[in-house]
Amino acid sequence: MRRILKLNGSIDEKLEPEVPKEELLKWLDIMITLRTLDEKGMKLQRQGRIGFHVPIHGQEAHVGAAAALKESDWIFPAYREHGCALYRGLPPADIVNHMFANDLDPQKARRIPGLFGDNKIHFVTPSAPIGTQIIHAVGAAYGAKYLKDGNVTIVFFGDGATSSNDFHSGLNFSGVFQTPTIFMCQNNGWAISLPRARQTAAEKLSDKAVGYGMPGIQIDGNDILAVYVTVKEAAERARKGEGPTLIESITYRMGPHTSSDDPTKYRSKEEIAKWEKMDPITRFGDYLVQKEFLSKTDITKIWKKKDEELKELIEAASKRNPPPIDTVFTDVYAEMPWNLKEQQEEAVELYGGKK
Amino acid sequence: MAELTIVEAVRLALDKEMEKNHDMILIGEDIGDDGGVFRVTDGLKKKYGASRVLDSPLNESGIIGFTVGLALYGLRPVAEIQFADFIWPGMDQLISEVSKFRYRSAGMFKLPMVIRAPYGGGVKGAHYHSQSPEAYFAHTPGLKVVIPSNPYDAKGLLTAAMREEDPILFFEPKKIYRAFRDEVPEKDYVEPLGSAKIVREGEDVTILSYGAMLHIALDAAETIAKKKGIESEVVDLRSIVPLDIKTIENSVKKTGRVISVTEAPKTSGFSAELSALVAERFIEYMEGPILRVTGYDTPFPYYYEHEYMPTPKRVMMAIEEVYNF
Repeated sequence: MRRILKLNGSIDEKLEPEVPKEELLKWLDIMITLRTLDEKGMKLQRQGRIGFHVPIHGQEAHVGAAAALKESDWIFPAYREHGCALYRGLPPADIVNHMFANDLDPQKARRIPGLFGDNKIHFVTPSAPIGTQIIHAVGAAYGAKYLKDGNVTIVFFGDGATSSNDFHSGLNFSGVFQTPTIFMCQNNGWAISLPRARQTAAEKLSDKAVGYGMPGIQIDGNDILAVYVTVKEAAERARKGEGPTLIESITYRMGPHTSSDDPTKYRSKEEIAKWEKMDPITRFGDYLVQKEFLSKTDITKIWKKKDEELKELIEAASKRNPPPIDTVFTDVYAEMPWNLKEQQEEAVELYGGKK
Repeated sequence: MAELTIVEAVRLALDKEMEKNHDMILIGEDIGDDGGVFRVTDGLKKKYGASRVLDSPLNESGIIGFTVGLALYGLRPVAEIQFADFIWPGMDQLISEVSKFRYRSAGMFKLPMVIRAPYGGGVKGAHYHSQSPEAYFAHTPGLKVVIPSNPYDAKGLLTAAMREEDPILFFEPKKIYRAFRDEVPEKDYVEPLGSAKIVREGEDVTILSYGAMLHIALDAAETIAKKKGIESEVVDLRSIVPLDIKTIENSVKKTGRVISVTEAPKTSGFSAELSALVAERFIEYMEGPILRVTGYDTPFPYYYEHEYMPTPKRVMMAIEEVYNF
């Protein structure tokens, strides 16, 4: 397993990437934003102020993947990769408005909180069925190869998704057509209540790459430098026409699967305590302090600042109204057919006028 | 002007659009050197190269998912599913992904893509090479469903479909793939989706149909006109989503009698939707029951396939029943 940030706080200097200080600080900023968003999201759901929350807690090092790519590369997320969107400049307000399903929600209050995408940043809107996005990333990568635009695609999915049909079709088509695709498996240990061992008898998920004729590599997914370096290598290979890579990023879902899940039913406190010591934000923060890029006090200030920023966004988002009812009927097709027009009129009459 | 079969008209539509639009890519099983099992794509790989005519691994879910990726990326893919009967592994992609991309992203992502598939019975194909699955897709908001009944429409509707901004299922009636020829212009033309065509005018009974069954309906209409003087108006719906309600309205208000002829099983088939729409909207014009002539509610049989599917005789019985009500 590739690891650059060692657990004792030291670093594997042979593998340490050269990344400008400002860039590293941006990564930390986003990781802290994500963690803060989780704390608040879970609370808001418990208070009944939002309907659902999908926590990222523990998996924040995925930000390194977005950092390793070009802005024109396409990202196909699962549902715990908000950090990639933030890295590409998605305003956190968009996420908060989406959580509240208000009139500023870019997806018009249609989606369960946690599932969002944005075409401006090539961050594709995900779905809830597991694994379906894997093959999409392969088709899009073929498009990039066909157009010779030099782009690659990355697709995120969990350990559970390696059992899905489209994991097979995705890796198989990618191997056959040699597409510039990076398969980023976030092995967070648990697919809701089932441990990784119950998804496959294979020793490592990365070994599955062999069957599809591509390299597979296992990395410490709580080490943002390892994520960054490995995705960068895979992207370079893909851009050179050398085909896809499967990365198994070993991480841990510290929270429940979603706000509807109770993980105490299926896993031990000891296991969580073990992973607590490998927290991706703490490890990266320690690295930056050792590099003297900032002090522990500076980090505390970032946490405080994020808390305040998100508090304000939540306050503002929670005061807004939902979008008007007529929006339910748009975007089914490019042009609205007669039956939808009739139903839209009926709903507007029943439930309230257009804005 | 060339006289073409449906197979040749579909091929010509693909060929002309590929010539015109470099973003068009075909994918499917055996569509390259083999030209597809029905030879629809014959010669296209040779003409446009292996990078635009992709022989895919044997996986329909993969074909449809890959097509989604191409369309997201801004290309114009047309996928072939070898038989409509083999589309089911791709159902999760179609229902969870293809139909919802535009809606769930509030219009930020769209999928201009066409999935072509030969459908329907009449070729001694039994359960797995004969089904007529259009109702499953018509029931899923976000998909469009187009079914031509002749070579001219096949080219015009497919060309329109390939220029749409929405995902389209294009079902080709394989029973009549080579049954007859029509004059099909090589020049560019489109037949708009959501526009039905009255293929036989009549005052007495409206028959709604599409695809291969349209010809059964026409046969019945001609015979009963000669034998009994009952004049049927035969409407070729051409696309069931979007549906041309206006043409249906005008015809059924005129005749006051409606039959639909479709080959899928009766229960919850698209005929049921047509009956319900007519009943809901135009019941006061009806002078008799709204009847369905369909396949039976069984899996598609091998030996008795022609008895299973609507025949002109069954259609004539329905015409008489509603006419004499």
